[in-house]
Amino acid sequence: MDIADSIEQQVSTHPVVLYMKGTPQQPQCGFSANAVQILSACGVEDFFAVNVLADPEIRQGIKDYSSWPTIPQLYVNGEFVGGSDIMAEMFQNGELKKLLEK
Amino acid sequence: MVTAESIEHSIKTGLPCTWIKVIGDDGHHFSAVIVSEQFQGKNIVKQHQLVYQALGDRMREEIHALSMKTYTPEQWETAKKSAD
Repeated sequence: MDIADSIEQQVSTHPVVLYMKGTPQQPQCGFSANAVQILSACGVEDFFAVNVLADPEIRQGIKDYSSWPTIPQLYVNGEFVGGSDIMAEMFQNGELKKLLEK
Repeated sequence: MVTAESIEHSIKTGLPCTWIKVIGDDGHHFSAVIVSEQFQGKNIVKQHQLVYQALGDRMREEIHALSMKTYTPEQWETAKKSAD
């Protein structure tokens, strides 16, 4: 299975997927830590987290898959939502919470 | 070292901007406000992708993080008014 297929499988089998540096318990980058906090503030604790630092192929693969050059990246119901700025903006205006309730 | 000015220049070269300001002086983390006609009718993901496209390889190789706020010219006028 190539990398795009494994990513597709991850985002389609889990409702909320966060590609991040480190783990939710131990994030390795401030932006990833922020993303975890935002999800938790929206009441989402049991999302599927992928540590891109543990897998160089996924780290590059997810950037190509989303046409997005930075980590973290959030997927909800198979759709790319955005990176850390967009998560922050959507959290502030309440859109993220609405999206996650679906 | 990567400077805010050089990022500003790269974005402007690849994307027509009405207004742009990039700040950041640690060489890795930058933040930008970008106003462009090209953002019209595009969602926020597409808007940010346009900026990343303008930066091309620089985003992959030189820049660790670029936080940004994107506005269409109309949104920018509204934002300026509400800040008065």
